[in-house]
Amino acid sequence: MVKEIERAGLPVVHMCTIVPISKTVGANRIVPTVAIPHPLGNPNLSRAEEKALRRKLVERALKALQTPVGDQTVFEE
Amino acid sequence: MRIVHYINQFFGQIGGEEKAHIPPQIREGIVGPGMAFKQALRGEAEIVATIICGDSYFAENEAKAKAEILNMVKKYYPDIFIAGPAFNAGRYGIACGTIAKAVKDELGIPVVTGMYVENPGVEMFRRDIYIISTKNSAAGMRDAVLKMAAMALKLAKGERIGSPADEGYVERGIRVNYFAGERGSKRAVDMLIKKIKGEAFLTEFKMPEFDRVIPNPPVQDITKAKIALVTSGGIVPKGNPDRIEASSASKYGEYDIEGVFDLTGETFETAHGGYDPVYANMDADRVLPVDVLRDLEMEGRIGSLHRYYYATVGNGTSVANAKRFGAEIAKKLLLDGVNAVILTST
Repeated sequence: MVKEIERAGLPVVHMCTIVPISKTVGANRIVPTVAIPHPLGNPNLSRAEEKALRRKLVERALKALQTPVGDQTVFEE
Repeated sequence: MRIVHYINQFFGQIGGEEKAHIPPQIREGIVGPGMAFKQALRGEAEIVATIICGDSYFAENEAKAKAEILNMVKKYYPDIFIAGPAFNAGRYGIACGTIAKAVKDELGIPVVTGMYVENPGVEMFRRDIYIISTKNSAAGMRDAVLKMAAMALKLAKGERIGSPADEGYVERGIRVNYFAGERGSKRAVDMLIKKIKGEAFLTEFKMPEFDRVIPNPPVQDITKAKIALVTSGGIVPKGNPDRIEASSASKYGEYDIEGVFDLTGETFETAHGGYDPVYANMDADRVLPVDVLRDLEMEGRIGSLHRYYYATVGNGTSVANAKRFGAEIAKKLLLDGVNAVILTST
């Protein structure tokens, strides 16, 4: 899906936990996430902390969308 | 000959997705599919130990899991290591490939695994190890075990391994010299004639298939951009109105989130099988971050969040369907003037 959206001309960022799959599939902008059942959350945190964590990851995704890349790039921070 | 066998929590009969977080553990002798291997090996080799590890544990703690499992394997000084078969289970396939490659590289023990050709583990590891090509579900267990056992015995005895077509493994991209019955010019002309006649022919040199898409230029001004959310994590309005399948999805859904500022346990849930749904069902923002994007929208950090989001279930979904979903969704997004996409996966 990521690749077809990119092919259509839309910049796309893939947020996922298993980065090797994302690379194999062919995503170009990749943001690693927390865990498979809760990629953008952590049930062990308080609600406020959890939302702050999610915000940090989404902001990283927005940064990825604003960054020129020539090849597959993982945005670790 | 001694074999150590690696399987996941499901085939290890420990449990389903709720047990996918268990760390590796070892059992003496056979467990689960080990019984079928025992029959197929006909006493020529014996599974002395079975290592069971949760798929999520492996995926989320790869380095640690690998080290723990290598230590376990070492203690049994096997002649061969078998992992799986994993069929079309993505995390399981990657775990089988990762650990099999590590056993081969770091312990010098021959390895074999089995997967369905669309398992992401195939593309990641087919150059490194022998992966027997299996059906896409455990219905293909018998056939997979027969081929994997035959391959295991050959490898352990140091016998010559035939071509991928003869042995049933996925091509590794290795060229092997051999004496052909006829010289190259004759084989080439024969092939050409078959091609002209429209008959089936087998090339001797397959061209590699690369399907990479060049990255699009970045978003120029994110504060004016319309951002859309897409997910393969199965987030749907409560009740799953389109009845998206829990695995092998044949469709995707389009859902209106105008006026939605937070996904709650009362309004949204996941349709995805194959991962523990508890966390996503309690708060679907953990998969589809609508709450945070609404905040960013109100703060003017992004132009807007697109009114519709698109969701399917990425669990054993065929590549052909995923391609179709992606292309159709992209078309709609372009028509709606979307500038960039965040796609989340579980």
